[in-house]
Amino acid sequence: MHELAILEGMIQGIQEEAQARGFSRVLQVRLEVGRLSGAEVAALRFGFDVATQDTVVEGAELEIIEVPGSGLCHACGAEVEIEARFDLCPACGDGFVTVTGGTELRIKDIDVEEG
Amino acid sequence: MCTTCGCGGDGATLDGHAHAHEAAPLRPGRRRVSLEQNLLAKNDTLAAQIRARCAAHGWFMLNLVSSPGSGKTTLLEATIRRLQGRVPVVVIEGDQQTSQDADRIKAAGAPAVQINTGKGCHLDAHMVGHALDVLAPPVGAVVMVENVGNLVCPAAFDLGEAHKVVILSVTEGEDKPLKYPDMFAAADLLLLNKVDLLPYLRFDVEQCLAFARRVNPGIEVLRVSAQSGEGLEAWIAWIEARRLAPQQA
Repeated sequence: MHELAILEGMIQGIQEEAQARGFSRVLQVRLEVGRLSGAEVAALRFGFDVATQDTVVEGAELEIIEVPGSGLCHACGAEVEIEARFDLCPACGDGFVTVTGGTELRIKDIDVEEG
Repeated sequence: MCTTCGCGGDGATLDGHAHAHEAAPLRPGRRRVSLEQNLLAKNDTLAAQIRARCAAHGWFMLNLVSSPGSGKTTLLEATIRRLQGRVPVVVIEGDQQTSQDADRIKAAGAPAVQINTGKGCHLDAHMVGHALDVLAPPVGAVVMVENVGNLVCPAAFDLGEAHKVVILSVTEGEDKPLKYPDMFAAADLLLLNKVDLLPYLRFDVEQCLAFARRVNPGIEVLRVSAQSGEGLEAWIAWIEARRLAPQQA
């Protein structure tokens, strides 16, 4: 999807932090990306270098922490790990699963140059 | 995914080649700044502002999403005609190019503003906020946002709407809810459009709805045809009922 728009949001957020906290160079960005977030890790990675050009983030390393999808089965009540939103419960085999985790799409932390 | 070698993102695994993702110790000369900031934070902030504006002015905003060619604009035209004289309707049209849709909506009798996203694949809250500035809808208006025809990207961008309404036409496949689960998960109502064509198609309605409910057990469904008018009264009744329901600011 719109990974470039997501990266632009990331850069904007970091630039606001740079002004507020007084750093001018970011060395590493750690993103948390849920399996069910709709964002494609490969596309984020692909767009990162281009999107960050001429910003405080330029040249930073990108680390992506992938968060597995998790849910609660309506039928058996089990908390299960799922690959996709429509997965049936892997524990009982036929229950609908309500998503409880894995939709994260956020900047966990950044490493900045000591000023 | 592994940042050293780039492996892992495709779900491939290799015995003996594992990656721990605990925080690595900080290298000298670095300071770690914890942000825990949502990547869509800016859009979400703007969407919350729009939601507050809607509450303050009594606007009822629907975000209509679908693939291209599902009949969104035709359905909107029919909806506007039926709501005329009952409630003011304004329309925000999103397309990559042309103002053809806004022209059609204006011809149907509703004020409309066209947003051309250029290369963009979705509307965001920033664009919609400015469109509302231009439209200045009257108090109590129904604000219809026709999003860019795309079942993927618009799912992630909150526009401050009361409900996302996904339109799926029976000339598409019944497996669309499984192929584009994020959109069907984000929607509160599914309008199954072009049902007047069902006699000529091999489209399994029950299977389609079962797929939609697998992705979103709570999704409401209305079967409509913008062309024949079938089901449109139920859709209008849905709008009327939800419009008067208390909205979350």
